Amino acid sequence: MKRMIYILSIAMFFNASPSAAETPEEKGLAIAKEDDRRDNGFKNFTADMVMILKNRQGEESSRHIRNKTLEVEGDGDKSLSIFDRPRDVKGTSLLNFTHKVGADDQWLYLPALKRVKRISSANKSGSFMGSTFAYEDVTSQEVEKYTYKWIRDEEHKGEKCFVFERYPVYENSGYTRQVVWLDQQDYKILQIEFYDRKNALLKTLTQSGFKQYLDKYWYPAAMYMENHQTGKSTLLTWSDYKFQTGLSDKNFNKNSLKRAR
Amino acid sequence: MNTSDSCFGSWVIRFRWLIIPATFLLVFVAASGTRLLSFSTDYRVFFSEDNPQLVAFETLQNTYTKNDNVMFAVEPKDGRVFTRETLAVVEEITGASWKIPYSIRVDSVSNFQYTWADGDDLVVQDLVKNAAGLTDAQLKKIQAVALAEPLMLNRLITRKSDITGVNVTINRPQKSITETPEVVTFVRAMRDEFQKKYPDINIYLTGVVFMDNAFNEAGEGDMKSLVPVMYGIVLIVMAFSLRTFWGTFTTILIMAFSILTGMGLAGWSGIRLTPISANAPTIILTLAVADSIHVLVTLFYEMRNGKPKYEAIRESLRVNHQPVFITSLTTAIGFLSLNFSDSPPFRDLGNIVATGVMVAYVYSVFFLPAMMAVLPLRVKATSSSQNGFIDALGDWVIRRRDLLFWGMIIIIAALAVQIPRNVIDEKFNEYFDTRYQFRIDNDYVEEHLTGFESIEYSLNAGESGGISNPEYLKTLEAFTDWYRQQPRVMYVGTLTDTLKRLNKNMHGDDESFYRLPEERDLAAQYLLLYELSLPFGLDLNNQINIDKSSTRFTAVLESVSTDETFHLENSAQEWLRKNAPPEMASHGASPLIMFSHIAKRNIDSMMKGTAFALLLISAILVVVLRSFKLGIISTIPNMVPMIMTFGIWGWAVGEVGLAVSVVAPVALGIIVDDTVHFLSKYRRARLELGKSSEEAVRYSFHTVGTALFLTSVILVCGFLVLTFSGFRMNAQLGFMTTISILCALAADFLFLPALLMKLAGTPARKKNYSEGESLT
Repeated sequence: MKRMIYILSIAMFFNASPSAAETPEEKGLAIAKEDDRRDNGFKNFTADMVMILKNRQGEESSRHIRNKTLEVEGDGDKSLSIFDRPRDVKGTSLLNFTHKVGADDQWLYLPALKRVKRISSANKSGSFMGSTFAYEDVTSQEVEKYTYKWIRDEEHKGEKCFVFERYPVYENSGYTRQVVWLDQQDYKILQIEFYDRKNALLKTLTQSGFKQYLDKYWYPAAMYMENHQTGKSTLLTWSDYKFQTGLSDKNFNKNSLKRAR
Repeated sequence: MNTSDSCFGSWVIRFRWLIIPATFLLVFVAASGTRLLSFSTDYRVFFSEDNPQLVAFETLQNTYTKNDNVMFAVEPKDGRVFTRETLAVVEEITGASWKIPYSIRVDSVSNFQYTWADGDDLVVQDLVKNAAGLTDAQLKKIQAVALAEPLMLNRLITRKSDITGVNVTINRPQKSITETPEVVTFVRAMRDEFQKKYPDINIYLTGVVFMDNAFNEAGEGDMKSLVPVMYGIVLIVMAFSLRTFWGTFTTILIMAFSILTGMGLAGWSGIRLTPISANAPTIILTLAVADSIHVLVTLFYEMRNGKPKYEAIRESLRVNHQPVFITSLTTAIGFLSLNFSDSPPFRDLGNIVATGVMVAYVYSVFFLPAMMAVLPLRVKATSSSQNGFIDALGDWVIRRRDLLFWGMIIIIAALAVQIPRNVIDEKFNEYFDTRYQFRIDNDYVEEHLTGFESIEYSLNAGESGGISNPEYLKTLEAFTDWYRQQPRVMYVGTLTDTLKRLNKNMHGDDESFYRLPEERDLAAQYLLLYELSLPFGLDLNNQINIDKSSTRFTAVLESVSTDETFHLENSAQEWLRKNAPPEMASHGASPLIMFSHIAKRNIDSMMKGTAFALLLISAILVVVLRSFKLGIISTIPNMVPMIMTFGIWGWAVGEVGLAVSVVAPVALGIIVDDTVHFLSKYRRARLELGKSSEEAVRYSFHTVGTALFLTSVILVCGFLVLTFSGFRMNAQLGFMTTISILCALAADFLFLPALLMKLAGTPARKKNYSEGESLT
């Protein structure tokens, strides 16, 4: 009996780390690459999002945004966000070119000014529309934006997960590290903990309501971001995902920005 | 009663071997609660949970973000902030400040988000980046931008550019009392490191967190320095009055027991110490010693007169049990009436001291006689004739009763008219004297950079997204302009400045567009654009609520008096009433406003407390003296010292605050003892011994005059010790109580006898005129 447990535990050990030579960093990177590989190839999609913001006083407020995303081979995705509500910013749209390295390119069309303004700023760590999400949390996640370290495997909400840390490469990031819970079967990010510059727990993101699209891609319906320090929270819900809707490069430039409705 | 007290004495002697270990056990159990005691490190403890100003401020902070802070004031020795060297240090401190525990935001000249137009690009960047590599022209530009920026001038930079601030917003979860010291220790280490690395720069530290920490330091400091001093004084007084080793030893034990029990029970009940309640040991010590002295003085007096020890113990308890109980009870009532206070630390002080005083009574009538019964007592036959002076005083008072009566009335009246000169003034950053580094640094920063006090408003636009409404913005701008013109206002932080700057940026940095956007959607879209380009921690969440329906408005003030604060806030209210829509109406909220109101609130509540204490104490006196008339008369010598004290204070100081507001009931409970002793002897002489009122006054002087004088000396010493506290409230409390004890002695020795004789209407009036007649 004792002998059997011994053998079993050895087997489990090898199962947990298939290659003994792999460092936690290599394993972390491998997981991120696999995640990225599984996410590739969707080409483009549109989806609507609603953010419900809450402060410590219990006040609530909402933001409505329509999103269009175009996958770009060899670089970060392009996205176009059209703000529907609050009413005062209706028609304002944001064009964003994510880059694997370096600052993103951002243009904003202000209908009240009838002009497109390029935002020249190295900042993407600030609050996104007053919510607990930072711009860097919602923009497209590229492998090159972080370095990685696998921590452990554990069960999380009934699903077997990789738990790994990732460290932003971006020097102005508000975070020192993020701890990610990624389910091993479908590579869904179930939870991320964000640690601030003093390495104190700042926020927790919980994702739920995953659905599979195109028989391949798992996207969450709800993203809940709680700021533990300020007591504020934001519930971001996605709806109406549509894939491969015929979007192309010409939908993602300064001119299309003005016309975006 | 007498027989029962005599029985009580026998009982104590019989069970002495039970009482002594039982006392030790009781003290041990209670005292083990002291390990649960800790010092509060948050100025908010001065406010009850439902204090309306606290609630308003908490609401404001919950709507936006907290604004407790740590401020580094960086002063280059060459007096020039805008040099490569100084800016590099500012940049370094700014970066390092993100690592301060619980920091959520850092603002400085270096990370100020400078916006400018480059064609159709909006550039948003740190005002200072890589300071060491800047050119002279860039330095000039940076200086010009900083000085022209209303959101920085007189907050982070002076017009002279000789000192600059790095302001760190600290968001303590308020879950552990170690949070404040943790921040302070970290920041001080940071300061030391920078100071060492850059000797050409002075760094001063201030902010709410440092004030909170000073509360902690003050409480601990007082406990460590004042209590031993008080013990020393008591030892000296006892050495002179008792001249007995074992008596002194046991008294010291009783005082320690009383303190340990009072503080231990406070620990068990979860009280968190403040500089106010940290005084409880000193006050218990002062009050507890009197009980033992009364018991021991009689005991030794009887033994000197040849009575055996047990007999002397019985006699001492017979004579003293009731007065010691009554005086302890009245003192406890005085302190318990602090529960009327709006400020929890005073309630805690009242409850701890009341407990200490009552257990001191218990120990003095059980443990003390039991110990005396056990310990070997030797008595030297000494002739104690200290009474000569007191008897002469009594004779003089009887002789000069008319002069004293009218003279005292004139003095009391003259002092009474000074009472209105007391003006409420609560400068909370001046609670600490200059032995605290916080006070020194803060004074310097206030004088050279920016104010410590502020008033904040949450100005509501009345609808979701309404802060972009041009009407709202115009009103906000006018309010800002008005506020900036008010005296003592150094700085106003408001949204309109940001919007005006953005409007200018959006129009190619054309100065003529440095004005508010005129369309609602335009303003909203500017804000969206701006928000999208801000870095971590520097967003607008601290200024705009999530619904974009209200903004935060912050005015930073120079050191202001409470009167000036109220005047400013009232004028602001009036301005808003006249010029703003009703939904924009908002009361100022801030620690300054909270502390400004608390003195007044506390004075109102303590009036009730004093009335309660006075009524209860008078009722007790009616019962004890078994005379309704004497009970009523007793209110006069009890009230007179209060009138005199507040008159003297109004004439000499004139500023009253939180501490002064609690003096009346505390002092009342203490000084009433004199009246109790004097009147009970007077009554005994009149009724039991059938003496005339003059004779009765003389008898009272002879029997209790010395004891009253002695206990007053101890009380005065005890409360004078408090005046050495580095915490202003304690010093004031000590000083004022001292005055009231002296006034009470004057009232009981000089006024009460004359009053009693007047009311008795003695026929022996001519005795007054027969000079030199022997009255003994």
